[in-house]
Amino acid sequence: MTTVDLGTIRRLVSVTVDDVEHRAPEGATIMDVLDDAGADTPRLCQAPNLTPVNACRVCVVEVEGSRPLVPSCARKVEDGMVVRTDTERVAHSRKMVLELLASANDLSEAGDDVARWQIEYGADPERYGPPGPPAAAGERGNRHAGHHGIPDGETRATVAQPVTVDNDLYVRDYARCILCYKCVEACGTDAQNTFAIAVAGRGFDATISTEFAVPLPDSACVYCGNCIGVCPTGALKSVAEHERREAGTWDPEGETVTTTVCSFCGVGCSLELHVQDNTIVNVTSPSDHSVTHGHLCIKGRFGFQHVQNVASPGEH
Amino acid sequence: MFGAGGGTSAYSEVEDTDLVLLWGSNARETHPIYFHHVLTGLRRGAGMYVVDPRRTATARWARGHLALDVGTDIALAHGMGRAILDAGLENRAFIERATTGFDEYVRAVEPWTLEKTAEVTGVDADLIRETALAYARADRAQLCWTLGITEHHNAVDNVRALIDLALLTGHVGRWGSGLVPLRGQNNVQGGGDMGAIPNRLPGGYDVTDDGHRARFDAAWGSAIPPEKGLHLSQMFEAMERREIRAVYVVGENPAESEADVAHARALLGGLDHLVVQDIFRTATAEFADVVLPSCADWCEYEGTVTSSERRVQRVRKAIEPPGLARPDTEILCDLARRLGHDWGTPSPEEVWDELRSLSLDWHAGMSYARLEAEGGLQWPCPSLDHPGTPTMHTRLWERDPALRGTPAPFAPVVHAGPLDELSPEFPLRLTTVRRLDSYNSGVQTGGYTSPLRREEALCVDAADARALGVHDGERVRVVSRRGAVEAPVRVDAAARPGLAFITPHFSEQVDVNLITNEAWDPQSGTSEFKATAIRIEKLAVGARVPVAGA
Repeated sequence: MTTVDLGTIRRLVSVTVDDVEHRAPEGATIMDVLDDAGADTPRLCQAPNLTPVNACRVCVVEVEGSRPLVPSCARKVEDGMVVRTDTERVAHSRKMVLELLASANDLSEAGDDVARWQIEYGADPERYGPPGPPAAAGERGNRHAGHHGIPDGETRATVAQPVTVDNDLYVRDYARCILCYKCVEACGTDAQNTFAIAVAGRGFDATISTEFAVPLPDSACVYCGNCIGVCPTGALKSVAEHERREAGTWDPEGETVTTTVCSFCGVGCSLELHVQDNTIVNVTSPSDHSVTHGHLCIKGRFGFQHVQNVASPGEH
Repeated sequence: MFGAGGGTSAYSEVEDTDLVLLWGSNARETHPIYFHHVLTGLRRGAGMYVVDPRRTATARWARGHLALDVGTDIALAHGMGRAILDAGLENRAFIERATTGFDEYVRAVEPWTLEKTAEVTGVDADLIRETALAYARADRAQLCWTLGITEHHNAVDNVRALIDLALLTGHVGRWGSGLVPLRGQNNVQGGGDMGAIPNRLPGGYDVTDDGHRARFDAAWGSAIPPEKGLHLSQMFEAMERREIRAVYVVGENPAESEADVAHARALLGGLDHLVVQDIFRTATAEFADVVLPSCADWCEYEGTVTSSERRVQRVRKAIEPPGLARPDTEILCDLARRLGHDWGTPSPEEVWDELRSLSLDWHAGMSYARLEAEGGLQWPCPSLDHPGTPTMHTRLWERDPALRGTPAPFAPVVHAGPLDELSPEFPLRLTTVRRLDSYNSGVQTGGYTSPLRREEALCVDAADARALGVHDGERVRVVSRRGAVEAPVRVDAAARPGLAFITPHFSEQVDVNLITNEAWDPQSGTSEFKATAIRIEKLAVGARVPVAGA
């Protein structure tokens, strides 16, 4: 007897997108169909190695028979489904999401795709006025519901606040955090199952927080950095990257990425070494690799420093 | 196992299994990404039992935690085997068709009643029975182990006792049912596969097999000695007998990692000639006559490594090596040239293709192009059109005896407790463990700053600390039959009365291998790192007791 895992046998269903018929396997998402068709569907909270959480709503589409707009990242296709992406309602909704996020958050490290979508959908965060003053360190994490005055309308509210640096491995720059939940999912049931962080607070005061907003070294965090690996906006990043950016020596154009295998235990995790100026600055893992699904442990993500501590050979 | 030195299952099989039995493995900390696959399996409804003397981070996820006394693994396995037989849950069809030696196995486990097993192992009899029956009843079950099984004086017997359980229940050779040794180092599997063990040629061929040796001799123009070579522990014994006078160490740090390390250091220091080839000037290099600086091949050169699921994957050059460091293969070829053999200057791919031309069963189909395109391949992969082999030994389930091949043998192994016995003089059991953020002797992981890291300490149970009158953080003297070290005490909930533990990661803080037992397994050469008999002595106030090696 030879057993071969074929997975679930799935039939193909017929889906119409903007008047064009597509065939897709049952269980695929609308986003899968759009991606296969080559559409440029914006996304922030979606990742191929995480369960969809429908947080950002920037990938919405119209589905015939559905009153509200539908998040394409999560909605599974059904036979005979009629999807529209080219409507005013879809474009307007996507624009508002991108515009409001950009009005409150620093999206300058959110990547080329986000910058392109901002232009494509005509997002104009400046129309809400100049940014209001940043919060003091730790202040946003301790706000309580209901403690709000009426805004004066002169400035736009932001989540601007100083960067939290409370350990040697990674920083939390919550001025960039769009509450996409990816870090929470990666820390939780989607990968690491450590549950060091969750969303605390409600509404505009919601933040990603450790329990009782304690510093990371006092939390359950095990520094796998899988939250960094999925963060789409640069809110979570390595200390190495943070320091280079602060010093003005961050050089993404000169960066090479080389795939290799972790040098520690015998699991054989696939690593992508991000190298600038002959120095490893970040380590990631491909989300489509069968061993890691894009997730690593502290040794894989941060344990490379021994190959570049050239000044002190033999020390440890 | 069954003639092939590798685990039987792909990692993803644990996601589709019904029962996970982790034995002597703290995978949550030591193989964290494999444990992600385990957690997926648990979320899909699998049950898990963990066999470990300590209450580890892994054990907290288990349905049942069998906290056995160190070194009683064979007793526990045999007790489970007998419980399965008593319940009539052995897989008769599989045993009759695909195994040999069943009757001897039945006799070997016959004395291990639940009562006796509980007495010897310290595990509750009901829990032993529950675990055994859960394993036997599961449609599919994965049995995984790590150093908790292999760092004993009877490592191979321990492994064979676990294999017996799989044969008894038919949990091998099917998707989701298998035996998974989680390898401690990133290429320990590949090193063995390439013949860097005393009894094998590259590709796993037995070095005593004249036919296979002749193929290698013909390809290499050599005459490979037909006897098995020495393993590491035998080499140190040969050094002691002054039969080995020159040693060439590549990427190993025995001056820190050997058990009873003071003895090992004396032998290394007494050699006529010692060459060390490493990416660091290690403690071993301090004894060397010649140090050859090499590249960190995983990021400074090209090649392959092989993981615990027999997956061969490419490593690639990402940064330039420092100073005079050179790739290991270039150093070896240069050395050969100086010794009068021109091996040329082969590229890593040429070296690999030579291996493929000789490792006909396992590696012949794994071209660099395929490894690149397919994200690695699992051996056996005998031809370019072969997809690789996620699950091994499926042949054992074939109806046709010809296809089924050689049956898998039961091993009627005998329980033998740790050689370093507890006594009134040495009443506590010390075991060595690994932590999530550190690795072995710490040469690599010492290079980065981990927020999880605390001062190295002897971790003990609160009751033992109270009985000894020592408080958390107090420095004590830890004495074994080999020597003594000083260490601070930390009360840790993972310990239990009579069991202390410590890591080997920080020898500059606590040189723990001064006290571990170098008694080694005659079959694998692995030392008894997991079982040291110790006592804890309070330090006299204000006094500094001289410590061996300090």
